[in-house]
Parts: sequence; C-alpha cells; structure tokens
Amino acid sequence: MSELVAVPVLLPLAAAGLSMAFGRFADVQRLLGLLVLGVIVVDAAVLLYFADVHGPLVLHLGGWAAPVGIALVADRLAALLLLISVVVMFAVLLYSIGQRITDYGRGTASTTFHPIYLVLCSGVSLAYLTGDLFNLFVAFEIMLASSYVLINRRTTASRVRAGMTYTIVSLSSSVLFLTMIGLVYAATGTVNLADLALEMGQLPPAPVRALALLMVIVFGVKSAMVPLHFWLPDSYPNAPAPITAILAALLTKVGIYAMIRTQILVFEREPSWPLMLTLAMATMIVGALGALAQNDLNRMLSFLLVSHIGFMLFGLGVYDIAGLTGVILYIVHHITVQATLFLVSGLITRYTGTVALSRMGGLAKISPLVAVLFAVPALSLAGVPPFSGFVAKLALLRSGIGVGTVWGYVATGVVVLTSLLTLYAVARVWSRAFWGQVREPEGDPDPTDELVVGTGDTSPGMVQATGVLVLSTVLVAALAGPLAEVSQRAATDLITGEAYRTAVLGGDSGG
Amino acid sequence: MNTVNLTMAIVLGGLYATGFYLLLQRSLMRVLLGIVILGHGANLLLQLAGGSQAGRPPMLGDAPIERMADPLPQAMALTAIVITFALTTFLLALAYRAWQLLGHDEVQDDVEDRRIRRLEAELAEGDEETERELDSEATR
Repeated sequence: MSELVAVPVLLPLAAAGLSMAFGRFADVQRLLGLLVLGVIVVDAAVLLYFADVHGPLVLHLGGWAAPVGIALVADRLAALLLLISVVVMFAVLLYSIGQRITDYGRGTASTTFHPIYLVLCSGVSLAYLTGDLFNLFVAFEIMLASSYVLINRRTTASRVRAGMTYTIVSLSSSVLFLTMIGLVYAATGTVNLADLALEMGQLPPAPVRALALLMVIVFGVKSAMVPLHFWLPDSYPNAPAPITAILAALLTKVGIYAMIRTQILVFEREPSWPLMLTLAMATMIVGALGALAQNDLNRMLSFLLVSHIGFMLFGLGVYDIAGLTGVILYIVHHITVQATLFLVSGLITRYTGTVALSRMGGLAKISPLVAVLFAVPALSLAGVPPFSGFVAKLALLRSGIGVGTVWGYVATGVVVLTSLLTLYAVARVWSRAFWGQVREPEGDPDPTDELVVGTGDTSPGMVQATGVLVLSTVLVAALAGPLAEVSQRAATDLITGEAYRTAVLGGDSGG
Repeated sequence: MNTVNLTMAIVLGGLYATGFYLLLQRSLMRVLLGIVILGHGANLLLQLAGGSQAGRPPMLGDAPIERMADPLPQAMALTAIVITFALTTFLLALAYRAWQLLGHDEVQDDVEDRRIRRLEAELAEGDEETERELDSEATR
C-alpha cells in the first residue's frame, strides 16, 4: 500500500524520459502527459482517502529506517495539497495543448515542454511528500530547474531579462537553503523532519531561534513574502499564459507548504506568533497596493498573488488549529483560483492583443463566456460569498478574532482591508476590460515569439480547460463542509505532530 | 564537545564574502562566478557539519566507528555539488543567450524601477505622453 506514495514522484520522472523519446510524435507525447497526470490524480485521491482513514502512509526508500534513510510521508495535509495541485496541473496541460493546436496545428510538437512539465510535476510531488529537509532541497531544485527552463524557453530579449532576475534570485536562495541545512545538521545531527522536532527540543533557545528565522527567510524567498517578493512581479508575467498559471499556482504554494511544515513540526511555539503576523500584514498590504498601481493585467495578478500569500502567512501567524484550518482551506482555494485567473488573462490577450488595461474595452460584448470565466474566480479571490474564497476567508477571520490580543485584532482588520482592496482591484479590471467601448484588437507586437495575441481565435480546448478549473473552484465552494473537516483534521495533526512522528519514526507502517 | 576548526571557519567566511560580493555585480558572468563560489562555500559547510572527524574516510572497517567521518553530510554534499554543477551550466547558457540577443550580459534594472525613472522624467513634459509610454511598456 505504501508504495503508492512513490508513484507521484517516480511516474512523471520516468514518463519525462519517454516523452523526450517521443518528441517527434506530438499526439503520443500529449496523450502520455495527460495519462500520467490522470493516474497521479487518482493516486493522490487514494492517498488522501487512506491518510484520512488510516493515518499517514510512510515509505522508507531503500529499506533504511527513518532517521538515517529517506522517508516519503503522505499525511492528510500533503495528500490534500498534492491532489489539488495535480488537478490544476492536469487542467493547465489541457489548456496548453489546446493553445498549441490552435496556434501551430496538430502536427507540430513543442519537444521540450512536455518532458519539462512532467519533471516539474515530479518536483512538486516530492516537495509535498518528502519527510526530510535535504530532500525538500532536492525537490525545490527539481522544481526550480524545470521552471527556469519553462520561463526562459524560446526567449525574446525581454524574457531573457526577466528570466535572469528569476534565475539568480532562486539560485541564491537555494544556496541559502543549503547553508541552512548545513547549520541544522551541525546543530542536531539529523535532517529528518520528525527527528528534528525531538532534537531541536534539546538545544538552547538561541540557536533554535536563529535556525527558525533562517528557515523563514529561505522559504520566504520561495513563497514571495514581503520584503522578499520583489522578483515575482518581474518574472512571472513574461512567460506564456499556461506557464505563468502553473508557476503562480504551485511554486509559491509549495514554499508556503514548506514553511508551515517546518515551522510547526520542528519548532515549539506558543499560539499567536507576532513576527509572522507582522510579515503577513506587510505582505497583504504591499501586494494589494502594488496591484492597484498596475496597468498591466498580468503584473496586477502577480501583485495580487503576493498579497494573498499574506493571507496564508496570517493563518500561520495565528498558530492554532483554527488558523491552520483556514490556511489549508485558503491554499486549496487559491491554487485553483490563481491558475484560473492567469489562464483567463491568456484568453483575454487573445481578444485584445495587449495586456494594458487602459487599452482594453467591451470584452463582455465580444465574448460573454470569457467574462463569466473571469468573473467567477475574480469574485472568489475577493472573497465574495458564496464563492470558495469566502469560506476560506471566514475561517481565517474567525481564527484571527480568536487570538484575542490587540495585535490579533489589528491583523484581522488588515485581512478585511486587503479583501476590500482586492475587490477594488478586480472591479477595476472588470470596468476597464469588460465594460465600455468595444475596441479593435491590436496586432501582435512581436510575431516571432511564441505568444500569439490579438487574433481573437480561442479553441474549444483552451476554453474547456479554463472551464474545468472554474468548475473546480465552484466545486471547492460546494464541498466546503467536508473540505473544512478534512482541513481541520489535517491542522490538528500538524499542531500535535504525534501521528506524523510515530508514523515516520515508529517504523511499523513502513513497507 | 565539538571543536571549531579556525582555518575552515576563515575559508568559509572568505568564500561566502567573495561569493556575495560577486553576486552583487552587474555582469551575469560575475554573478555566475559568485554563485559557483557560494556553492563551494555551502558544500564545504555541509561537509564540516559532519563534526570534528570531517576529512577522514567514512568507511566501515577502515577505522573504529568513533573515528569515522559522518557519511550523511558527504552524501548530501555530493548531491548538492551535482545540482550546483547543472545549474551553473544552465546559467552559462543563459548568459550566452543574453549576449546573443542583447549584445551584452548585463543584469538590468527591474521594470518597476525603469518605469518610475521614466515617470519622473516625463511628468515635466505632460501627462498624455507618459500614459502612452507606460502602455507600450506594458504590452512588451
């Protein structure tokens, strides 16, 4: 049974090699990608079911027991996030296949995209499932290396510039990550997360605090926490829509996941963590104000992404079961919504030929379907009831009130304010792009690159893929009850940490 | 009680300082050298994390267990070296591509900086002009 834990990591890696070999057969490559992701969706669902009913599934790789060997762990949190991530990856792959077929016809394949995409999937899965710090580093490297390729692929001058910033920032944060692992190992003699929790308790408080802070910085860069967010709005908007969508939806969330996992499992802390609450407030406000200043649709969405990272940090800052339940709900909701918004933005540029909001107009008349596809995730992002964002925000607000300190009330107020600013930002997009005079689409500013804009033709494949994602955000709202229960159980697991530790170190459930 | 090796501490400090200095340079080649040196520093740190026996062979049978080096940091450093190596290659390719496309390999200011600078310069001339400039920047 526990062998299933390895499937989301190993299957896409193996398939990436195969996909490379089938580079000349476009249809085989596409089918392979969809098939593999489909299998992983099913696998993740099974993992979630088992983790929920029977407790965490652990696989000790190579037969070495936990503190020394490498453990893959699927507990409720990991399995839930893995499931939602893979669903989004599946939909985005559908979209990008649709886009490719529309633009270049059925026969031509983009040989590198599919293998790299599968490698990215493997890296994301490993980051969720890994049970030790060093493998987390490896997972991040697999993920980042493939994202470098995706961002810099078929480069034009402006994308090289954007790609450089992204690559250099990520590489330096990786070096910092490695340094942090070295220091952690020197202090405790282990990198296994479950074991670390025990070892950290034996250290004097000063080095523990330093290591905790170092982890916040390392994962803060990855998850675009203010003041470490500066690279994100410059690098993401330049890539093609599906790539931006998948990077925005997954990479920052994996950073948040790593932050939550390490901070809660490894370090002992009293509820309500003032430093994290402060960082969360800064992230929310800076991101939202940045979004309001933008005229470029994709840059605006990127700043909103930064701002909404703050919501997840807020839940972590509250540091109790209610707060973490809110975070988990919020991550699940945000992964789907952010991916959808970037995909819709891709559809919008096809009708307008530009990403400048001031030169769009009348889209609601040209394509009512795109208007609906934009409205649902946008309202959901702003947290308008009855969409999925509302449920998650309500959970966060309730946990914030529950803190009971002045600082907690201030932070909760900032959450409400940021939600209103988000609503204002998306309403601005709505009134500028969808209402008003119908404008002629502008020509493609750079016909040599891979982005095709302003043609006005969208294939059913792209629209359907976006539709699938919009439906999944609606589904998240509709299933809010059971989802909240699973999240609460996952949050309880996190806070107590007992189930995780016995599963990893006990060795009784190892296959 | 573990002792700190002073030589190694100084070497590490030197590597990190040089690495970060180069990282702050404009040319991508220097940034790349900075990352290589930083990578060496991090890998050395991983090695030293194994404790005071670092540098001895990590093999069973060559020495009694208490005089053996810890093999785990060595395995981790090996993995990290491979990763650093691969990413250095990628960065080299990127620098070459930038040189091909732009004629130089400078890491440029970010978009926001350039916009603010332009805004400042053009606010004197009139608002109409600025709007159009910003729009054309956004489409690219």
